[in-house]
Amino acid sequence: MELAGIAAYLVSFFTFVGIYAILALGLNMQWGFSGQFNIGVAGFFAVGAYTSAILTTPESPWHLGGYGMPFLVGIVGAVVASALLGLVIGWITARLRTDYLAIATIGIAETLRLIVANERWLTNGVRGMSGIERPYADFFAALGLSSAMGSLIVVCAFLVLVYFLVERARQSPWGRVQRAIRENEPAAEASGKNIGRFRLEAFVVGSAIMGLGGALYAHYFGFLSPEAFLPLYGTFLVWVMLIAGGSGNNKGALLGAVIIWAIWSGSEFLMSTALPEALSGHAGPLRVLLIGVLLQVILIKRPEGLLPETTPKTVPFGKRD
Amino acid sequence: MDLLIDLIQLSVYGVVLGSVLALGAIGVSMIFGILRFAHFAHGDLMTIGAYVGLSFIMITDAPIWWALPAGMLGAALTALVVDQAVYKHIRRTQPVILLISSFGMALVLRSIVQIVWGPSVQSYPTGIQRPWWVWEIAIVPTHIWIILATIVIVTALHLFLTRTRIGKAMRAMSDNMDLALVTGIPAERVVMITWLIGGALAAGAGVLLGIDSRLTPTMGWNILLPVFAAAILGGIGRPYGAIAGGLVIGLAMEISTLFLEPSYKPAVAFVIMVAVLIVRPQGIFKGAL
Repeated sequence: MELAGIAAYLVSFFTFVGIYAILALGLNMQWGFSGQFNIGVAGFFAVGAYTSAILTTPESPWHLGGYGMPFLVGIVGAVVASALLGLVIGWITARLRTDYLAIATIGIAETLRLIVANERWLTNGVRGMSGIERPYADFFAALGLSSAMGSLIVVCAFLVLVYFLVERARQSPWGRVQRAIRENEPAAEASGKNIGRFRLEAFVVGSAIMGLGGALYAHYFGFLSPEAFLPLYGTFLVWVMLIAGGSGNNKGALLGAVIIWAIWSGSEFLMSTALPEALSGHAGPLRVLLIGVLLQVILIKRPEGLLPETTPKTVPFGKRD
Repeated sequence: MDLLIDLIQLSVYGVVLGSVLALGAIGVSMIFGILRFAHFAHGDLMTIGAYVGLSFIMITDAPIWWALPAGMLGAALTALVVDQAVYKHIRRTQPVILLISSFGMALVLRSIVQIVWGPSVQSYPTGIQRPWWVWEIAIVPTHIWIILATIVIVTALHLFLTRTRIGKAMRAMSDNMDLALVTGIPAERVVMITWLIGGALAAGAGVLLGIDSRLTPTMGWNILLPVFAAAILGGIGRPYGAIAGGLVIGLAMEISTLFLEPSYKPAVAFVIMVAVLIVRPQGIFKGAL
């Protein structure tokens, strides 16, 4: 492989890592901080992606749209739409036990996928939406950078922003309450915390972050179809990333995104070269099997992940100002 | 008049689908009652059962209904192996870790099905079905057999739960775990039997679904949501409620095709489930919340 090919591969690799890292940080807000089990990540991802795509694409006879809004408006729209979805789901499930939240979130993700696949007027169904532009391509071209490189820079900028926000949230009193609720709900309630409200806040913020990830994906990839939002890509990989990296730890979410994406995309390369002819048709399921088994091994051997959760430094009593 | 006929015809389909859902939902409910987690790999256990049954009748050339016991045995053993190899080691931690694990296990089982049997659509050799006409309503013979098979399986389960010592122990553990353990019920054995029965019931659902339509590696996953809806509607942890839940969801899904695209059937199950969660989260029969 020539040098330019390797460079292009690395740009694509790190763009995907960045997008998945944002999704993992969103999930960490819900699961790592407040212990809410969302296995409908793909649903929030899809809402963000399609909202931004519909808002920013030029007019097309195949789907709703034609607003031609700027990139940032698409991003804001994606964040608002997925936050609203999170609000509705969170409001319904806030007082229910974890299993119901899990079932409800996967239900909404599958239902959204059905809508995306069937409502041709909205999303062009399984044929997908194309022509979604990469962010600020002209600007980056003027700097002599490719649009892919520009996407990577934009994704990294958003990743830094999200990381800063969630890390700040984790260290704040708000994050402390979230952990308290997760560890001991009756005790948190007894100290006068409104459990339902705190839970809902974490769920909505997490959903909004996932929507942001979806919008960035849409603008990088340029094409959307229901295939991209199968539970496998949208949900399962994000979960494995968070658990492998260490749930509750934002750095863990980042590390998990890098490692699991490296294994996932590396296994594709490995199997296309090393697999014997007879098995080459099975490369797809074999990769899923590999990641699935890896998850089980992590859960059994090291459930806390590579970077276990650490408690943020607290100000010692009596030393406040 | 036409509407009435359509309605009755769809109700027949609804009862057939409901039978399949009920068998799946009973297993989900029982596993929840004993182990306190929603088993997300249950749909893929159905798929395994359906494919094992298919292989058995293909290899032995046995009549099609032999797929049922063969598939049930295959999926029961699969469930037991999965439990002993994976779930057993994480059972002591929070139940929610089991939930994550089972979500991963669903994908593991599905990729095994894809590797062993291939990704293409397969079907049971049911032959050409000539429907019986009862006053303008078509009744396909396999549908009658599917409903009868479900009744036999459910009756056998009922006798097991009420007449045998281990069945009573299962109900006791599901009702009140601490009290049951204090009385010296062999917890580990009960858990293993729960997996065997849950797996067998899932395979029953899978084989019947395969006979009714076709086999694909995602058949079980696609029906998981309606199965959960049935279990929740019946009161999760209540096997008998799951039967009623399955029938209600099955009927609702089929009748909805009168005014909705058929591809939205799973969404109908989901909407009913959400309504139940809002209005009566313990289900119609008051399950363990």
